[in-house]
Amino acid sequence: MLLLIRDLGGIAILFIMPLLLLIVITLVQDSTFKTISDIKIPVLLVDNDKGEVSKNIVENLSESNSFEILQKSSEEEAKEAVFSGNYQLAIVIPENLSASLQKKVDQNVEGILSKFGLEEDTLAVVKEVIPQKEVRLYFDPATQLSFKSSVKNGIDKMISKIETQSIYKAFQTELGEDDSEPIFETESFIAFKEILPTKNNEEIIPNSAQHNVPAWTLFAIFFIIVPLSINLLKEKNQGTFVRLRTTPVSYATVLGGKTIVYLAVCLVQFTLMLLVGIFLFPAIGLPGVDVSGKLPMLYLVALFSGLAAIGLGLLIGTVAKTQEQAAPFGATSVVILAALGGVWVPVFVMPKFMQFVSKISPMNWGLEAFYDVFLRNVGFVKILPEISLLLLFFLTTIVIAIIYNRRKNAV
Amino acid sequence: MIEINQLSKKYKGAEYFSVKNLDLKVEEGEIYGLLGPNGAGKTTLISMLTSLLKPTSGSFTINGLNFKEHKNQLKQLIGIVPQEYALYPTLTAFENLEYFGSMYGIKGEILKNSINEHLEIMGLSKFANKKTDTFSGGMKRRVNLIAGILHEPKVLFLDEPTVGVDVQSKNVIIDHLKLLNKQGTTIVYTSHHLNEAEFFCTHVAIIDRGEIIVKGVPSQLIKNQPEAKNLEEVFLAKTGKALRDHA
Repeated sequence: MLLLIRDLGGIAILFIMPLLLLIVITLVQDSTFKTISDIKIPVLLVDNDKGEVSKNIVENLSESNSFEILQKSSEEEAKEAVFSGNYQLAIVIPENLSASLQKKVDQNVEGILSKFGLEEDTLAVVKEVIPQKEVRLYFDPATQLSFKSSVKNGIDKMISKIETQSIYKAFQTELGEDDSEPIFETESFIAFKEILPTKNNEEIIPNSAQHNVPAWTLFAIFFIIVPLSINLLKEKNQGTFVRLRTTPVSYATVLGGKTIVYLAVCLVQFTLMLLVGIFLFPAIGLPGVDVSGKLPMLYLVALFSGLAAIGLGLLIGTVAKTQEQAAPFGATSVVILAALGGVWVPVFVMPKFMQFVSKISPMNWGLEAFYDVFLRNVGFVKILPEISLLLLFFLTTIVIAIIYNRRKNAV
Repeated sequence: MIEINQLSKKYKGAEYFSVKNLDLKVEEGEIYGLLGPNGAGKTTLISMLTSLLKPTSGSFTINGLNFKEHKNQLKQLIGIVPQEYALYPTLTAFENLEYFGSMYGIKGEILKNSINEHLEIMGLSKFANKKTDTFSGGMKRRVNLIAGILHEPKVLFLDEPTVGVDVQSKNVIIDHLKLLNKQGTTIVYTSHHLNEAEFFCTHVAIIDRGEIIVKGVPSQLIKNQPEAKNLEEVFLAKTGKALRDHA
């Protein structure tokens, strides 16, 4: 413990950097959780149609509050600006889109009505072939796939809505005596309602803080692997480990002492991160973390996650021969475990094989346990399997470290 | 006290044995010097005797005990002062000694008094609360020695305890070791300082290429070597003048 306290710079980095990470990540991700974003993405629009449909598209995009529409006169100019990375997206509306859509819809509606004998001129006429129109989208090649997909889906939905409205309008024109008299309701009949978990009859609404605090706290807890493994390597390099080996104290006791000290560090780190979530986040305009009634369970998860991280750190420190081996291996392991555990990308969107692999990542067990407590509002029994796995991981790594040390130094 | 039988050590991948079929007896109360050129096998031998290294073959007992069956008993019985400083640089001298002393189960006032007493003898009292990374080589060597003797071992192993220190520090260290020996501690030590060994050791063994070339009382060894005036001349006569660089 004294060794840690004496290295004030190291302690500061150990506590401050994870807090900084948590604040930055939550600030960055906060907008994705907000229904109304403060940020508007500039979108280039080339309107070759200049009709009702393009007007509708512009209106819908503007109403979404996510985009800032910038009109461009030529497709080539828009393409160049997007492909050079100046803009993320350009939408090119083709010439005569409104007229063609209207013609196509009218043609279809007339066809349907003639089947029912409602059309005055029921004589068969040769149908004009109306070529399919395409709205072209240009994306910056550096744009992430998730962004591309969500924009494509949004535009697809918008176009479908415009088409549907046109069909309704065409029927109204054909059937209604008065165009202004509504026959059809054009609003969607089927609506979606998200049912949220409740606590004391109050809905628990997840926010960026509720997601980020557990994920990045766990990430920070696991980063204890790096200083811990380096600490063991330092002991070997400065000769103190040799002296310890000649004392009657067993290697298990040495590891036990280090476990207690570093577990205390993990819990202090966890407390600081919770305090940031509870008090600092609301002060800087971020949603705060609600821990009411959850603290004992949260500390339980933090404790077992800390143990798992410490076990891995002690194992790396035992097996590695140099700091150059331990530090990059430890840091990369944390990043890999975080990726597998679902800290960055949710496990359910991973490929099947990776979903299976993620199930054997201790960070996944910790994260699921944190989510269970933070967001799913479950009881102790539900998190028991996850914390048991974390404990098992700790015991396994410690046993391997002790056996390795015994074999390496057996007399 | 120490009985070594046919002890050998060959490192993985090494061409030669570092210690080869070595037999040696060290009696209680002796100061036994293990002398030899670089790579002779002195440190390897001490490492095996202090449980830091597994022998390839052979056996040894200390006070009739072996490490396989009496590991903890033996660890209480022996003390080691390694060639490295083996101290935590960010801890003070007192904190270092307190930590290593506690590893032998010494606690509270007994430990504090013992540390203060040793620091006083070694002339380090006024530096007790200074971090060891500010210490000179000689000061670190003295703290290193105290860390190995706090639990009052029956047998003390020292691997070049005076290497790289000034004459004053060397005198303090040697005087303290003599005092410990008078109080009943058996000492086994390695050194390159043959002049120091000649006057400090009751017995010496000259080791070369893992084997004992000659052993006995220093004055007797000098007498037995024609034209030798001191231990260094005996050493050179037995081990030759060729350089022993190795990597």
